[in-house]
Amino acid sequence: MTQKIVVEDVYKIFGPRPDQAKQLIEQGLSKDEIFAQTSATVGVQRASFGIEEGEIFVVMGLSGSGKSTMVRMLNRLIDPTYGAVKIDGNDITKMSTEDLIQLRRRDMSMVFQSFALMPHQTVIENAGFGLELAGVDKAERDQRALAALEQVGLKANANSYPSELSGGMKQRVGLARALAVDPTILLMDEAFSALDPLIRTQMQDELIQLQKEHARTVVFISHDLDEAMRIGDRIAIMEQGMVVQIGTPDEIVTNPANDYVRSFFHGVDVTKVFTGGDLARKDFVSVIDDANADPGSVREQLQRNGHDSAVLIDGSGNVTGVMTEKSLAAANSLNDAFIKDIEPAGADMSLSEVLSRVAHAGAPVPVVDDNGQYLGSVSQTHLLKTLDRTG
Amino acid sequence: MADPENYQFLNIDLGQYVEDLVDWIQTNLGGLLDAISAAIEFVVANLEGFMLWVHPLVMAAAIIILGFLRVGWGFGIFCIVAMILFFEMTLWPETMSTVAIVLSASFVALLIGGPLGIAMARSDKVEALVRPILDFMQTMPPFVYLIPAAIFFGLGKVPGTIATVVFAMPPAVRLTNLGIRQVHEENIEAGLAFGCTPRQLLTKVQLPLAMPTIMQGVNQTIMLSLSMVVIASMIGAGGLGNVVLTGIQRLNVGLGFEGGLGVVLIAILLDRVTQTFGQSGASGSPLYKYLKAMWWTRSDKDTATSG
Repeated sequence: MTQKIVVEDVYKIFGPRPDQAKQLIEQGLSKDEIFAQTSATVGVQRASFGIEEGEIFVVMGLSGSGKSTMVRMLNRLIDPTYGAVKIDGNDITKMSTEDLIQLRRRDMSMVFQSFALMPHQTVIENAGFGLELAGVDKAERDQRALAALEQVGLKANANSYPSELSGGMKQRVGLARALAVDPTILLMDEAFSALDPLIRTQMQDELIQLQKEHARTVVFISHDLDEAMRIGDRIAIMEQGMVVQIGTPDEIVTNPANDYVRSFFHGVDVTKVFTGGDLARKDFVSVIDDANADPGSVREQLQRNGHDSAVLIDGSGNVTGVMTEKSLAAANSLNDAFIKDIEPAGADMSLSEVLSRVAHAGAPVPVVDDNGQYLGSVSQTHLLKTLDRTG
Repeated sequence: MADPENYQFLNIDLGQYVEDLVDWIQTNLGGLLDAISAAIEFVVANLEGFMLWVHPLVMAAAIIILGFLRVGWGFGIFCIVAMILFFEMTLWPETMSTVAIVLSASFVALLIGGPLGIAMARSDKVEALVRPILDFMQTMPPFVYLIPAAIFFGLGKVPGTIATVVFAMPPAVRLTNLGIRQVHEENIEAGLAFGCTPRQLLTKVQLPLAMPTIMQGVNQTIMLSLSMVVIASMIGAGGLGNVVLTGIQRLNVGLGFEGGLGVVLIAILLDRVTQTFGQSGASGSPLYKYLKAMWWTRSDKDTATSG
């Protein structure tokens, strides 16, 4: 994995005398104190992170946490006051206006919370907006715009005006406009926040589907934890303009960096947020791929690794059986040692379904993907910890 | 009651200064005045010539069709009635003359006012500078403009048009400025995020989105031009204003009413038709949309067979 976007020690300070404000930041003063002293507003401070190529990176925070400012610094709709933003290794803060315009046309596009469609243009003209700016001729523009509309299921509405569409359809046009230029980076600023819950879920699924077909680097701004958990490969949590934690949804839920992060999970039903795939871990099970291995040696291997259960997989990665130290001790072959009545959980299965399987199983339950490939296991202890820390 | 005493301490004679300025302009900027005069004369004379050259019945038919297409059935019928009234009042040449001056003055006002409005929208300094000038232009009684117009450009259609331009321009400037400034921030960001150059931002985002407001300004400019054209008949602008003026001078109620009604009818026609251009997205009457849709399906078929 290469880093598509790298943010290095970026600050955005609105207002006069940013140098003074920066000094106060380094002295550890809060946003409010700095505003009182210098009348400068700290938008983003000390932000450093990298975004991998092809991942969905969610930036989450409450309003005023600087997340919208952050995403706008990635295409320089807002110029960072200090620091560097590198895209494919090029520092865009040092780019000429000309190069920046080319970069915006070629490599990145943006989807907005309130859609920001052009009301005087038809759906197909809106979808072809980026291409029009880049000077692509009308025939090619219409063809590519139509292809993008087809991806979002709006081909039939190509000649409608935005005012004739529902909110969900408008945002599909917004998405098609962003996809039509075939960007490598997609910036989505609260893109689904203005939609009603049902349509929102639908759009999230579609985004995930689009990512499966063609993995782009997506930076998604959201204030909604459910959304972040559903679509994010990794999540960055922002508070007072600072990035306080970056991690996978699982890492953030199980190891919140501070009370602010923890407060996000209050009242959130994690059994709906998480799937079996999110919880599956391999760090406490030994994976055995030799069906004829001696139970004794497997047991030794478990003791050596400090694990208490093992999973046997066949040559194609499918799970054959689950064994514990106890069952191995009494068995003559691995086949004898298999724990009865353990059925692997699917990666897409909701946590509430996984919960009942894990609760009734005598050993960690293996999780498999759509093709039956082993992904990891869920133990009772691990599951309880997840529920406890987030409840 | 106190006697009207003289409290003039500083001996500033504003009126005298203005007169001096006018004298200075007349002696030193004669060439410029002639150039302006020639340009305005060219526009007004040609437009009026054209409108009177077209056969009245053809022109009337064109106006009626425009009414049907842009506004709707009811307004189309109104247009028919209005045309019959103009013919019955035997005021056709005067009407065309007035329309020519109104359209020329509006055209010039927009030619100056549009760019000025854009400049105001792009710079707060320009806005701070121009705004009081616009206030001044709008609150000054319109009759006052007749004096310098007559001094610089004599009598006739040219000074009439120029006085009209000055009086009618402020709304075009103001509403262009307002329209551009009101464009939603996210639309501007969308334009920039997809790679607009500053010029593209103006022509592809700001102006189209400001168009409904700008068209309100155009509409206001045309309406103000029409009211000023009547006043400008005092310096020989002619047209329907002259009919009204003659009515006043001779205390001829019938003539005054006919001239006045003519102005009202033109106002309604211009107002309704120009307002339809201010709607965003699909504009025009249902009939117009139907014809447009027919045209589109036809041209789609054309491209399908050729491609």
